[in-house]
Amino acid sequence: MGYLAKLRVWRGDAGSGSLQDYKVEVNEGEVVLDVLHRLQATQASDLAIRWNCKAGKCGSCSMEINGMPRLGCMTRMSTFTEVETLTITPMRTFPVIRDLVTDVSFNYAKAREIPSFTPDPSVKPGEFRMRQEDVNRSQEFRKCIECYLCQNTCHVIRDHEENKESFAGPRFLMRIAELEMHPADEADRRDIAQEDFGLGYCNITKCCTEVCPEHIKITDNALIPMKERIAGRKYDPLVWLGSKISMRPKSKGTPAVPGKR
Amino acid sequence: MTQVSDPPARTRAQIKERTLRTDPWWNRGRVVATLLTIWVAYATVRVFTGHWYFAPGYNYLTPFYSPCVSGECVPGASTLGHWIPAIPPIIPYAFISLPFVLGFRLTCYYYRGAYYRAFWRSPAACAVREPHATYSGETKLPLIAFNLHRFFFYMAVIISVLNTWDLVNAFWPTTAVTPDGTHLTHGFGFGIGSLIILANVVLLWAYTLSCHSCRHITGGRLKHFSKHPVRYWIWNQISKLNKHHMALAWTTLTSLMVTDLYIMLVAANAFPDLRIFN
Repeated sequence: MGYLAKLRVWRGDAGSGSLQDYKVEVNEGEVVLDVLHRLQATQASDLAIRWNCKAGKCGSCSMEINGMPRLGCMTRMSTFTEVETLTITPMRTFPVIRDLVTDVSFNYAKAREIPSFTPDPSVKPGEFRMRQEDVNRSQEFRKCIECYLCQNTCHVIRDHEENKESFAGPRFLMRIAELEMHPADEADRRDIAQEDFGLGYCNITKCCTEVCPEHIKITDNALIPMKERIAGRKYDPLVWLGSKISMRPKSKGTPAVPGKR
Repeated sequence: MTQVSDPPARTRAQIKERTLRTDPWWNRGRVVATLLTIWVAYATVRVFTGHWYFAPGYNYLTPFYSPCVSGECVPGASTLGHWIPAIPPIIPYAFISLPFVLGFRLTCYYYRGAYYRAFWRSPAACAVREPHATYSGETKLPLIAFNLHRFFFYMAVIISVLNTWDLVNAFWPTTAVTPDGTHLTHGFGFGIGSLIILANVVLLWAYTLSCHSCRHITGGRLKHFSKHPVRYWIWNQISKLNKHHMALAWTTLTSLMVTDLYIMLVAANAFPDLRIFN
């Protein structure tokens, strides 16, 4: 049985915009993206929405629904009451292009700064073998669909635009952690994680984990282990003692990709 | 001739509301702030009280006074001996352990997230604008010092051993005293107090071992799990425990309070310990 849902949708572009009220039909089993498409088809043909797979796998329809960063295609209308007014806005952390579409190129720029996978050059393609227990750890991070909801909700850049230069955000710190844990990778990204990508800005409030539609434990399995790896390099008294009596070899950190910063 | 306007400057959507969340997002922060404040107030009062921290007949020593190494400690409480004759009243008897226990909790990854949200409101909840004009996180002093969690973890392991020693004593009460009171005889026995201390020590060990630093040291730091099967197995067990780190953080605060309260009441003769054996 359908009903008319009350929607407040942010309409505008980079110059200005405002929340506009609509009433849109909702049918059983629909998600927010379905309702926005009906709004587009019946009342606001110029409404801009980025979307693609409608299955929670492409990461395109990231938006904020009643203030929470979510995927439009994975948010069921049945989670709201029929009398509730739904407020739908674009992601706040990124510049808006139009209506619900934002410019997420900040994320691509950050991705290019990370030194890529660096295997041992003496191992020829096809020779390297990984066991399942080694695969499992980084496999979790590979579930990322690049929706950037974690980047959007992280207060370090959401509330402080000035930090975008020095903080890569949870998605790319997770990428650094993934490479750092990869058994075939030989680069040492601990120094750049802290100095160039701003891991120290993270205060572990776990909002990135809370909004991840793939349920990746970003904080517990990537950010904190990365912080611990840096602590092992710089702040562990036993490691320091070991280095003084030459029990541990000194390693040199790999620099960020030149010319990308 | 067609006029082409410049593309608009790319800026964020102008939304003045601090948040558009409609759920009660403020609840969690308020509950955490209230509970932590109550606990800190209780613990502060207790460590400076200087009384009712040891129940002599039962050998119950509250964790807030362990190890009691001052010459002013009541007889029987100083199982590790008197390291110094006396200390000023502003220094707690457990001055050897308390700074490290406090440091371990203060730098704990769970507590950091909790009090950043509850007290510093940075952020108060996800997608709620924080009230500060600037933010540098843990990149400079004093907050960069939170990286010393590893050091505090090592100290917490030592303190957990001391707590275990207190547990042994709690199962080894005084069974006889010479008429002049100088010679005590001990034997195995336990009461409700011993069981409360046992539960507290088990929970403290679980909290300590579930720490993210422990998870890293035992196996998280490895690149090749497959080359270190024993450490991989340990890492898996610690990871299982680590999932409950938040729950253990709160449970241990409760168990510390309950243990201290019980020993305080027994030591103050509010009621005798209910003995189960000997």
